[in-house]
Amino acid sequence: MLEARDLSVRFGGLQAVGNVSLRVAAGQIVALIGPNGAGKTTLFNLVSGSVKPDAGSIHFDGGEITGLPPHQICRRGLARTFQMVQPFAAQTVRENIAVGAHLHHRPRRAALAKADSVATRVGLDAERDKLATSLTIAGRKRLELARALATEPKLLLLDEVLAGLNPAEIAGVIPIVRGIRDSGIAVLMIEHVMQAVMHLADYVYVLNNGQLIAAGAPAAIANSPQVIEAYLGHGTAARLRAESARA
Amino acid sequence: MLELSILFPSVLNGLTTGAVYALIALGLTLIYGVLHIINFAHGAALMIALYGVYFLHQALGLDPYVSLPIMVPAMFAVGYVLQRLVIGASSHGKDENILLVTLGIAIVLENLALYWFKSDTRTIDTPYTLATVDILGALISAPKVVALFGALGTAAILLLIIGRTDLGRAIRAIAKEPLGARLVGIDVDHVYAMSFGIGLACLGAAACFLLPAYYVNPTVGNGFVLIAFTVVVLGGMGSFAGALVGGLLIGVVESVGGLWLGESLGQIGIFLIFIAVLLFRPQGLFGSRV
Amino acid sequence: MFGVAVAFAPAFVASGYALNAITMTLYAALLAQSWNILAGFGGQFSFGHAVFFGTGAYAMAVLQVKFGWNAWAALAAALAFGAAVGAFVGLLTFRYGLRGSYFALVTLAFAEVFRILANTFPFTGAGVGLMVPLRASAFDLQPASRAGYLYFILVFVLASLLISLWLKHSRYGAWLQAVRDNEESAAALGVDAFRVKLQAIVVSSTLMAAGGAFYVQYLHYIDPHLAYGPGVSVEALLGAIVGGLGTVWGPLLGAGVLHVLGEATRGLVGDAPGVNLVAYGIVLILIVTFMPHGIIGLLRRRPPTKLAHA
Repeated sequence: MLEARDLSVRFGGLQAVGNVSLRVAAGQIVALIGPNGAGKTTLFNLVSGSVKPDAGSIHFDGGEITGLPPHQICRRGLARTFQMVQPFAAQTVRENIAVGAHLHHRPRRAALAKADSVATRVGLDAERDKLATSLTIAGRKRLELARALATEPKLLLLDEVLAGLNPAEIAGVIPIVRGIRDSGIAVLMIEHVMQAVMHLADYVYVLNNGQLIAAGAPAAIANSPQVIEAYLGHGTAARLRAESARA
Repeated sequence: MLELSILFPSVLNGLTTGAVYALIALGLTLIYGVLHIINFAHGAALMIALYGVYFLHQALGLDPYVSLPIMVPAMFAVGYVLQRLVIGASSHGKDENILLVTLGIAIVLENLALYWFKSDTRTIDTPYTLATVDILGALISAPKVVALFGALGTAAILLLIIGRTDLGRAIRAIAKEPLGARLVGIDVDHVYAMSFGIGLACLGAAACFLLPAYYVNPTVGNGFVLIAFTVVVLGGMGSFAGALVGGLLIGVVESVGGLWLGESLGQIGIFLIFIAVLLFRPQGLFGSRV
Repeated sequence: MFGVAVAFAPAFVASGYALNAITMTLYAALLAQSWNILAGFGGQFSFGHAVFFGTGAYAMAVLQVKFGWNAWAALAAALAFGAAVGAFVGLLTFRYGLRGSYFALVTLAFAEVFRILANTFPFTGAGVGLMVPLRASAFDLQPASRAGYLYFILVFVLASLLISLWLKHSRYGAWLQAVRDNEESAAALGVDAFRVKLQAIVVSSTLMAAGGAFYVQYLHYIDPHLAYGPGVSVEALLGAIVGGLGTVWGPLLGAGVLHVLGEATRGLVGDAPGVNLVAYGIVLILIVTFMPHGIIGLLRRRPPTKLAHA
């Protein structure tokens, strides 16, 4: 469904993303993890069209989308959420979601109806008529998700949709993401919350300093020394192994 | 092509006019650099200052240059009060609101002046109004030459204040990081008002230098506002060097433009530059990336 | 419904003075409505909207006076020119991503450039301006009765109201308001922000040009300062802000309130030049400070659109 080949981009002196290739197949939930500053959101920006790559190509649903502007990529069926949620402040939850719904529903009434159904799906039923700004952070994250969902995508890029949520809220969102995949939409998610990654992901890519350092099934990644080093620092992998050997 | 004997005085004239533009722009760019306000009332404030100099001359017989020590503090006070009481309070810190509030102030000032002073154009007569200075064969109006040096001098003083005093340090801190400045105990509202005051004080000085060679009427501010914005945008928002260089450049463009295209059309060059800079290089010559 | 009510007003109001008042209020409302489309719904605050007004006004005057065109044809041309200038300004400014204060400034610069051009060339009458001869006939779009002018302007005001209503309930309107509230998010949801903004500025500029054309027919005179000066630009934004940005009825309401305010100041302080404008300036400051949602915002529980984004 989505294939990125050898993507690279440089900002000034910094190689934000270097030679990254990844793949998301239809029906998969793929996770993208890595320490802060690894280039994950930049990779999203490359895929969704906000940033143009210096090298490499992106193919989606059989066509090349490298260099297309964000709105055209969305129209092709690739939607994304933002890490820093940006709701349409002056509008209600329903109106917010309707903006996304309008992509495939021209009449206002149809878009609003679609918005209602998406709101129910993500659990924002009760908040439909409230102003977007009156929602809590958890609510706004769901709104962000709902808006992208309303565009009826084939692939959804979720950028830290669980960040800032407490365990109860996280437990509420996990089934929603699973439900999205089950309804036929592939998911590529950036996540820090490891528990969610383990539960949801079919495949995991690990990014560090703009480079892909590991890829595989969640269990394998969790035990990979390179990954542990990336997160916890040099020598940690060996230390942990020594500790568990002693135990 | 134009002969040097015509071009040279034109460029010199442009430089002297440009120096005054630079002085006006210095205040505007300071205000933008610190408060991030695009002060739409700048032109109207200049107009008020010009009337101030005019009446000091008419009523008290004070020579405009002698009025400097009166006008500069007076305008500073006006600026301080305006920022503290009106702008700061009303705009809630949002960009477009501030634009509108300063626009409102400009409207009020301009029309109060219209009401009180009527729309006649007034000039003052000083012994040196018609004096000229010979520079390498070009005869340049003496008040304009004084204006050139006055503007450069004021700019130097401004740079000294910003660079060497405690207030200047506070101003620079706030310009970079308002929240942090507040956290270390700087009275941000006070410094904002001080900065706005200094910005208008520059106008007080500019008015003293400008009036001998120019005129005043209630709408004179409008013309200056746009030119001042052009200078600030060309030089780079918040950059003093930019305001100086930009001012001189724009002065020359206007003068030479007037030579080529005639008085009326000559000014068009300025606004075309304005549009071009905003479109293609919004950070101007010396500014940082917008 | 509103249109019917106003249309019948001339039947009840015989006084020329009152008819003029209503007509001028409607004229101000048209300017405010058109500014509101770009600023209230589209989020692009233009400080030089006069550039479109003046284009319509001069097109109307020049075509009739210098080329002998019929007024109706000139009106059509004025609207077309208005749209063209709108497209031109929009293409340049939106292509280069100008927003916020920079957009406001650049529109001001455009207005000034046009003013200088109009002031220079003889075919626009240069500084002296143009006078459209009084012909008092419907064929020449100069209705014999005052009521005729009222209908003239009413048609356009109704058009602007209908457009605003449509913006509230259409896909295009939803997209436009999304771009206003957060352009990046809108783009991520499939909205072509450039195109949407461009369409908005063209609609807005066409309506402004209509206002300019009306002005010329009603007052028979235009000059560069009237056409492209700050007066019209300020009048346009004032009505919209006072009434309520991003609402359907706000600008009309604002125009009405400002008219009453203007009359009141005139009554109190006499006919001195500039007095009512002082009041307007104070009102602008007060509204931005205390009622950023305008009068309509005050009347509703839920604010329609904010002057500043949360």
